[in-house]
Amino acid sequence: MLIDWNHFTPWTALAGGVLIGVASAIFVLFNGRIAGITGILGGLFRPNRHDIGWRLAFITGLMMAPLAWLLFAPLPAIEIDASNTLLAAAGLIVGIGTRYASGCTSGHGVCGISRLSPRSIIATLAFMATGVLTVYVARHVLVA
Amino acid sequence: MKNQINHAAALTFSLLSGLIFGIGLILAGMANPAKVLAFLDVSGWWDPSLGLVMAGAIGIGLIAFTVAKRRQHSYLGFFIQLPANRIIDKRLVMGSMAFGVGWGLAGICPAPAFVLLGTGSGKGFIFMVAMVIGMGIYELLEHHRKPAGK
Repeated sequence: MLIDWNHFTPWTALAGGVLIGVASAIFVLFNGRIAGITGILGGLFRPNRHDIGWRLAFITGLMMAPLAWLLFAPLPAIEIDASNTLLAAAGLIVGIGTRYASGCTSGHGVCGISRLSPRSIIATLAFMATGVLTVYVARHVLVA
Repeated sequence: MKNQINHAAALTFSLLSGLIFGIGLILAGMANPAKVLAFLDVSGWWDPSLGLVMAGAIGIGLIAFTVAKRRQHSYLGFFIQLPANRIIDKRLVMGSMAFGVGWGLAGICPAPAFVLLGTGSGKGFIFMVAMVIGMGIYELLEHHRKPAGK
C-alpha cells in the first residue's frame, strides 16, 4: 500500500466529517429523523403530505451548499472522469442498490454506525468492499 | 398555532441540516468524485482522507445518537424515529454490494450527487437522473411490499 501524501488532506477531511456529524446530530435531535439521503429521497416516491416538506427542505439544503460556499470562497476542484454512459450506469446501480439496502454512505455509514447498528455495520462493510473491488478491477485489471 | 410553529421550525432545521451536510461534503473532498475513487483505490496511490471524514462524522454521531436513544421526542417535540429493523438479510447485503459497485464506477454516492447537481454540473445531472430512475425501478419491483417504516 502506497499512501499518496500529496493528496492526503487530513484536516479538511476531519473538519468536513465533523460538519457532516453536526448536520446528522441536528437532524436527529431537532427533527427526530435519520439523515440518510436514500431514505429522505426514497420517501418522496410514496409521498405523504406530512413529510414532503422536510424531505424537500433537506435536499434543497444539500443543493444550496455549493452556492453558499461560493459566497465565501471558490469551490475546490471537482473532477468527474467517468463518461456519460458510465455515469448513467453507475447512477442506476446506486439507485437500485441503495433502496434495497435501505441506506447508503450517510444512513448506514454515518448514522447507522453511530447508532452501533449491526445492520449498518454489515452494509457499510459490504459497500466498501465492492467499492474497493470495483475500482481495483477498473484501474488495475481492465486497464493493465 | 403551536403546530404551525413547529412545522416551520422543522422545515428550517431540515434545510439547515442539509446545508451543513453539503458544506461538510465539499470541505471534506467527498463532493469530488476523483478523491472518492482515490480513497477506494487501496492498491494504487491511496488517499486515506475519506477515512478521516468517516471518523469525524461518526465521532459526533456517537454522541448525538447516544442522546437521541435516551429521548422519546426531539427538541422540537417530534417523535424520534430510529430504524427498528434488525434483520440482516439478502436484501441488505446484496443491495449494499450493488451500491458499492455503482459507487466504485463513478465515485458518487447519493448525498454528493445532490451537491454536484447544485454546482450545475451536467455530469452530476446525468448521474442524478439515472439514480432517481434506479430508485423508481425499485418502487416498481417492490410496490407490493409495505413501506419498511422509514
